[in-house]
Amino acid sequence: MAHLSSSPTFAKQDFAEELSRRHRTARTMAVIFQASTIVGIIVLLTLMYNIINSSFGLVAWQYRVPPETLAAGAPLEELPREELLRILEERVSANVLRRLDREKPLTARSEQELYALVMERVVQPKIVKTWSLVDSIFRRQEIIQEVARDYPDAYLRFRSWLNARFLTSPQSSRPELAGVRTAILGSLWTVLITIIFAFPLGVGAAIYLEEYASDNWLNRIIQTNINNLAGVPSIIYGMLGLAIFVRAMEPITSGIWFGAAEPATANGRTVLSAGLTLGLLVLPLIIINAQEAIRAVPNSLRQASYGLGATKWQTIWYHVLPNALPGILTGTILSISRAIGETAPLVVVGASTFITIDPSGPFSKFTTLPIQIYQWTSRPQDEFRNLAAAASIVLMILLLSLNASAVLLRQRARRRIRG
Amino acid sequence: MKIGAPGTGPFAGPAASTALPMTRLYKRPRIREAIIQAVLFLCGVLSILITAGIVYELGKESLRFFTTDLWESTNKPLAVSVDVSAKLLEVGPAGTALRPGDIIRLDGEQMQVESVQDSVIRVQRGFRGTAPAAHQAGTEIFRADRVSLVEFFTGTQWIPQIGQFGILPLVNATLMTSTIAMLVALPLGLAIAIYLSEYANERARSILKPIMEVLAGIPTVVYGYFALTFMTPLLRNIFGRDVVEVYNTASAGIVIGILVLPLVSSMSEDALNAVPRSLREAAYALGATKLETALKVVVPAALSGIAAAFIVAISRAIGETMIVAIAAGAGPNLTFNPFQPAETMTGHIVRISGGDLSYDSIDYNSIFAIGLVLFFMTLLLNIISQRVVRRFREVYE
Repeated sequence: MAHLSSSPTFAKQDFAEELSRRHRTARTMAVIFQASTIVGIIVLLTLMYNIINSSFGLVAWQYRVPPETLAAGAPLEELPREELLRILEERVSANVLRRLDREKPLTARSEQELYALVMERVVQPKIVKTWSLVDSIFRRQEIIQEVARDYPDAYLRFRSWLNARFLTSPQSSRPELAGVRTAILGSLWTVLITIIFAFPLGVGAAIYLEEYASDNWLNRIIQTNINNLAGVPSIIYGMLGLAIFVRAMEPITSGIWFGAAEPATANGRTVLSAGLTLGLLVLPLIIINAQEAIRAVPNSLRQASYGLGATKWQTIWYHVLPNALPGILTGTILSISRAIGETAPLVVVGASTFITIDPSGPFSKFTTLPIQIYQWTSRPQDEFRNLAAAASIVLMILLLSLNASAVLLRQRARRRIRG
Repeated sequence: MKIGAPGTGPFAGPAASTALPMTRLYKRPRIREAIIQAVLFLCGVLSILITAGIVYELGKESLRFFTTDLWESTNKPLAVSVDVSAKLLEVGPAGTALRPGDIIRLDGEQMQVESVQDSVIRVQRGFRGTAPAAHQAGTEIFRADRVSLVEFFTGTQWIPQIGQFGILPLVNATLMTSTIAMLVALPLGLAIAIYLSEYANERARSILKPIMEVLAGIPTVVYGYFALTFMTPLLRNIFGRDVVEVYNTASAGIVIGILVLPLVSSMSEDALNAVPRSLREAAYALGATKLETALKVVVPAALSGIAAAFIVAISRAIGETMIVAIAAGAGPNLTFNPFQPAETMTGHIVRISGGDLSYDSIDYNSIFAIGLVLFFMTLLLNIISQRVVRRFREVYE
């Protein structure tokens, strides 16, 4: 453009050349902008591919006692109780059987429990090598040859790491038995406490700032401060939680004050500490979202309410809040999904590295789904990477369904306000 | 609605009635309303308490970190046995030289050196309330050494085992991952924002924006897994396995860039959308192409908003933890090679606190000192970005 005015003796031909050059550049850059967007999509797809690729695939198993030798003809899982009992009595030493019988009489156990026992005590499956989904599909022949060469007594099976068992089993040091039940329950407990703590406080602060606060220095500081808190790295909240909830408030967070401490833990590294820490983390987010929702309520509603003689609180409680509620809930759900995905603060607060017992209350030791993924990822063995991928799918489905419900809620609320 | 409660609420009595004497025209105190307002005010004040709590706790532990005596061996034994009251100590010639003012420790007793003459030192016994005791010849002398601020900020080694606490390797690694992240997120994010706001039609936008939202909603630990199991092998295949280590800052940095990409693109797009349509139309009227309009008119007009987006993204990248904890490697390492492992500030905090950490150890205090530095770095960036945004808002109002 600068060029146009620069020369008074500007020839028509130059202009045409210049114009076509400018259009060429414009077209090239348009392609570049579009390509950048496509790169973003490709990254998302690659990430999904990477996780799914590791969650399914061929697995080479070795058994101490191959299941076929135990029962001729029928597969092991279809055997009747009597057969399973017979196998156990034959193959397991009397000592171990007596101990198991004391825990729960063998005859009183269900078919599934007996099957699990047979697998654990007799068959003892062990994973020796795993392959990714893509390899399993496109290099099947090579894999079969490799197994035949390197692990002559191994069995090759296709395994979905994400299965019903994975969701219902507790953590285990053996990858073939490990599951995420403890971690899911831990996440739910933690988030429950986060909601109980942060939702009322966050909405309360938002109401104060939007409806009551006059424009003075104190309220301005509060507002600036909330905006700044939203940008503080999550790990700092973890350190705050460690110093305050885990150490300073140990008698409360461990449950000693309430006489509810679990003998195994009896320190502050509990579900309660974790929930409160995440509560501090999401509080600024809940406040900011709730403020926006309250601000969006038309002022005419308030004026109408005052006009009918309602007090300030009556106006807020009966008119402002019901109208802002969908927006507040949407913001809260989004903040909560952030809390569910957080890992770093919980590592600092002291998540347990290995627990197999389900958390039973706010004073239990805890682990959460992201913590579990982190620990499995940090292990060098491939099998644990597969577990981490499967757990990632569980976590992302959980978060996506939460986000989807938030979006639906937002759309319904919009329709109601318009209609 | 800003009504200075409880001063100007609706009138309590039936004020309109003319039969009422004027003295009844006062505002009835509403105790319930006042209590509710007070409770809500406390909810708001809690946020200030959180900030105060962060500064206080980080500051307290950091102060402890800078005032803890680390006893370093001087390799200097006591030459002659001393009794409880002796003020002059004869020491061996070997080892580190002692200077007046040093605090030394023999067994459990602490002393302050008053003067030194060759191999004889005059000391104040029973320093800091420790009990004076007799010491045998050959007892080793330990000298108190505190981590000074200068050492903390300029030291190039972070080896807690030998009392080396220089934060530079950690800061350097953090700056490296953040720089790499911004090299990825800046051009890509800006290009996506320009495409979405200037080029894309309504349909493309309705598909692309949810995708960006999904990217923004993925937990960081999953990104960490992605960095370790996809990005690192990819880099190793491109640049060679000898060049790229299993853990490296390049892989972590690129994935952090992907993590902050939705943040950069959505904030920049908001800034671009806020530019008035009239500016674009004026540019078109002068014969500018779409690209020239976008790059020479719209982007400069939205520059402060875009700058704010970048600053927030940098702050986010600096504070990012799980990706670096998983993919950047363990162990502080002062290197400028992005293919080498190096531990960032956040990565170090997570590794140290993830292990069995005993309270009041120097390790425990040191992570709080790192945390304090991290807190102020991100706080500074956030404040700058808010300033920039405020300036930007004034332009078109």
